[in-house]
Amino acid sequence: MRYLLRKLGFYAIAAWMAVTLNFALPRLIPGDPVQLIMARQAQQGPVPPGEKEALAKMLGLGNGNIFVQYWDYLVSTAQLKFGLSVTFFPTPVSSVLNSSVLWTLLLVGVSTVISVVIGITLGTVAGWKRGTWLDSLVPSTTFLAAIPYFWFALLLLYLLTQIWPVFPGNGGYDPGVTIGWNGAFIQSAVQHAALPAITIVLSSVGGWLLGMRNMMVSTLSEDYVSAAEAKGLKSRTVMIGYAARNAVLPSVAGFAISLGFVVSGSLVMEMVFSYPGIGYTLFQAVSNNDYPLMQAVFLVITFAVLSANFLVDMLYGFVDPRTRQAR
Amino acid sequence: MTTAPITSTLPTATPPASGSSGGPAAWARGAWRTLRRSRRLTIGFAIITAFVLVAAFGPLLSGNPDAFSQDLSQPPSGAHWLGTTQTGQDVFAQLIASTRGSLVVGAAAALLATAVSIVIGIGGGFLGGWADEALSLISNVFLVIPGLPLVIVIASYVKGSSTLATIGVIALTSWAASARVLRAQTLSLRSRDYVQAARLYGERRWRIVLVEILPNEVAIIVSQFIFAVIFAILTQAGLAFLGLDDPSAMTWGNMLYFAQNAEALSGGSWWWFVPPGLCIAVFGAALSLISFGLDEVLDPRLRVHRPRSGRRTRTKGTAR
Repeated sequence: MRYLLRKLGFYAIAAWMAVTLNFALPRLIPGDPVQLIMARQAQQGPVPPGEKEALAKMLGLGNGNIFVQYWDYLVSTAQLKFGLSVTFFPTPVSSVLNSSVLWTLLLVGVSTVISVVIGITLGTVAGWKRGTWLDSLVPSTTFLAAIPYFWFALLLLYLLTQIWPVFPGNGGYDPGVTIGWNGAFIQSAVQHAALPAITIVLSSVGGWLLGMRNMMVSTLSEDYVSAAEAKGLKSRTVMIGYAARNAVLPSVAGFAISLGFVVSGSLVMEMVFSYPGIGYTLFQAVSNNDYPLMQAVFLVITFAVLSANFLVDMLYGFVDPRTRQAR
Repeated sequence: MTTAPITSTLPTATPPASGSSGGPAAWARGAWRTLRRSRRLTIGFAIITAFVLVAAFGPLLSGNPDAFSQDLSQPPSGAHWLGTTQTGQDVFAQLIASTRGSLVVGAAAALLATAVSIVIGIGGGFLGGWADEALSLISNVFLVIPGLPLVIVIASYVKGSSTLATIGVIALTSWAASARVLRAQTLSLRSRDYVQAARLYGERRWRIVLVEILPNEVAIIVSQFIFAVIFAILTQAGLAFLGLDDPSAMTWGNMLYFAQNAEALSGGSWWWFVPPGLCIAVFGAALSLISFGLDEVLDPRLRVHRPRSGRRTRTKGTAR
């Protein structure tokens, strides 16, 4: 119970700091941010009426002293009032977000799970067969991890849609089909999701593989593994039941930390593939100087990552009782 | 021989032949032997040396990267080793100039992030109590707040203002993980006997931190710094690609940004788009090789050829 409260308290503070950061950022830049933003928006097209007030409110630059402004900002954030989007005027920011979150969740969720499963399986085998040809392939994953993701994805996109048209091009679905729970739409959505999913898996599998492999190597030198070998157990049983089972724990713990990176990776992925998720929304917001939308996307992503982290922490405390005592 | 240029990279490297005993020469011989012991370390150092040399001296030798010419979108040839861009600029000259830019941004941001993480990590771990609670809370929060969205939001406020702003933004979002590692290590070091002894002697706090604790964390700091450089270069490339970096700065990311804007790939100008990304990948991979090589040398448990593992592979070899 104390563990739960402590974690809850930590994530509450983290969420509060994220909101405060969002509040503070526009004040930290020199000059009047509202005028600056309006000037940028004016370069790209007519500024919607009432934008000045909306911007001031969204940025927390309302009337009164700084504490009143801060309180107003907190209240409107708590009520999920993010103002109106400039890009999709006059749609409220919250409904723009509603339509894009599900795309991201599905694609990123599925491809992350695939990547983790493949990485941990391969890492187990590579650690077990240390020093063989399989293990000597491991350093090559560092090359994969050092490739800039967007470059790799654009290259694949070009090769596999233009040179050899194996996959359909940009977007999340064929514009010809209507959105809904019908076969044609689902098939089209899956086809469009395949290539982005492959790029995510390829670029992220190396980290899981390496972590698991190194953990496996240190676990293999533990006495209980030697004891299991000495008992004459089948090497499969030793590998999975004795070594991998204990080596996987840090990977589970690391999963929480890596969620932030997973989300970051998916942002860029969506920008490359024009996939209609939250990252693409952020991209559009950035290129249109749509500050209300941008801040809302940042908050939504942060809250999503924080809650996922909280869930993983709870789960981990349940799986491994030792963490409940550790602070 | 690939190891030939390595001697020059080491700070105090002197040829092993100059057989004076003790002092820096012995240290250099030790470092040289360490370097030779791991193939990963050797390869990594060779590649990084090449990049650093290109960054330092390349721009003096290659032509003006901004010069326009009449050869528009030419494929690689003798005159233009990596072809030309849409506006007739030489891709090879741009790549050389960008190497300097990217390396400077990467090293500067990583230095800044490492410095912050040393102060917060070691400071918190050593002071303990209230200060530690506060500092580790801050680093944990920065660890869970997703970095890239934050970088994008901040960078879009300071849009394209200067390279300095980019360096600051990257450093701000990348110090947390290594601060946590350093704090954990400091916690374990501060209760060691030799630190206790130094305290009993009545040594000052800053002296204990600088003389007793810091030198014992150098290996971790170096490894964190290496990963910070990779992270910084990748993040800078991502920011530049989104158009959130100063477009006049010459970096690999900006090259990719301009190449993508000119639709270099779909236009078939692969020679413009592929090299910058490949440079980032090779540079990053070389840095990770160094880091893994150091791990291998410093942590005997990760070394491949040792009696225990030899037994295991041998038994399996005979079973097969």
